[in-house]
Amino acid sequence: MSETIHIETTINGRDRAFEVAANLTLLDVLRDQLGLTGSKECCVVGECGACTVIMDGIPMNSCLMLAVEIDGRDVITVEGLATDGHLNALQQAFLDLSAPQCGFCIPGQLMSAHALLQRNSDPTIDDVNEALGGNLCRCAGYLQITEAVMVAAKAGKE
Amino acid sequence: MKEFSYERPESLDEAIRVLAASGSDVEILAGGTDLVIAMRDRYREPTVVVDLKRIAEFYPSLVWDGDTVTLSATATMTEVVDDEGINRHFPALAEAAVVVGSVQIRNRATLLGNICNGSPAADTAPPLLVYDAIVVVAGPAGIRRVAIDDFIVGPGRTNLQDGEIAIALELTVPSRPLGSAYERMTRRRGTDLASVTLCAAVDDAGITRVAFGSVGPRAWLRVDETGVLADPDAPAEARAAVFEGIFADASPSVKSLRASPDYRRAMLRVLGARAVGRARGRLAEVRGVS
Ligand code: FES
Ligand code: FES
Repeated sequence: MSETIHIETTINGRDRAFEVAANLTLLDVLRDQLGLTGSKECCVVGECGACTVIMDGIPMNSCLMLAVEIDGRDVITVEGLATDGHLNALQQAFLDLSAPQCGFCIPGQLMSAHALLQRNSDPTIDDVNEALGGNLCRCAGYLQITEAVMVAAKAGKE
Repeated sequence: MKEFSYERPESLDEAIRVLAASGSDVEILAGGTDLVIAMRDRYREPTVVVDLKRIAEFYPSLVWDGDTVTLSATATMTEVVDDEGINRHFPALAEAAVVVGSVQIRNRATLLGNICNGSPAADTAPPLLVYDAIVVVAGPAGIRRVAIDDFIVGPGRTNLQDGEIAIALELTVPSRPLGSAYERMTRRRGTDLASVTLCAAVDDAGITRVAFGSVGPRAWLRVDETGVLADPDAPAEARAAVFEGIFADASPSVKSLRASPDYRRAMLRVLGARAVGRARGRLAEVRGVS
């Protein structure tokens, strides 16, 4: 049995303390141990972005991190975007513009977009393309995804 | 992923002690963007993983002191890309850092890790060679400084000895006006490893430094002191002859899936001409303002 380590972390605004095995990735622990299956497992080598989470405000690939690395940190997964069952403006824009097709890449796209909008409330199309460049969509709905982020940014300003 | 024990030292001293006690089956974890993949795919199976991210001495990760910038082992590609001084004085390094992986990877991957990992295709190796970066190494015997050209050894190998950690990179603003540029060739735009990497720098004495990678076991630095590459009016044949000499050791692998050896050799010349051209332009700008 691998070494287990006690960690204390904030996930989606909730303080949590639990044991993790040293040799598990954050993605494994989110999905299999915490039941947060919004983050998707796809390439597991950092190429697709389906596993993107935000740690201390910064988007990262959870498949490239050990779970123990979130000790003492603040993590947001896609489950943390909605409040009280209400989608946030970004999620609503994705829905309104039919950005999701099969939907598999969408949690990662949302996390990258959310991190961008937190940093830059008035992005250009180029900013959006750059920020979402690490998120592949095999349904190739890139236009709608970019558009949705721009719409959400505008909505946020009003 | 095979089991290992996870160590998270909080000071450099503690890290050196942990390393000494861990034997040779130890891996250093900084960004983890290469290591986590290697461990999951089981081509690296350490018994101990030492995470550097809680070492107090490494913060802040990027510090300017006069003409020298020190980037600690925790400095990420994003921090390199966002630093104004790096963009001004070492633009080719910023150009190399910004094409590594994706936003998510650059937020995590470290500059020093890119070098310590020892990939011949490491994007940041050519600019660090061109700028004469110094690698600061800590070990049981204390601190030593190694020129980057001596630090890089071969695929997956560096000059680091057992029990040592590379703790920082130092870059000093060149004393003479210098123009520099980075170019790379990939199969596609977006997240991809480079098939050819190349950095050139031209100074106001007519010396051109060219470093290139992904075409042999390591990235190499070559210097043209003839003044031919620095001269915008040099005849094409003269320039081709100089490039011939510079790229003589290029030995691209026939096994690579990314590009054939012939294609890589041909692209070296194309990227060389492009980078030298842009470097000359930047030198003119630098001179214009000074
Ligand atoms: S699953 Fe993490 S980047 Fe693809
Ligand atoms: S919606 Fe199917 S992969 Fe993006």
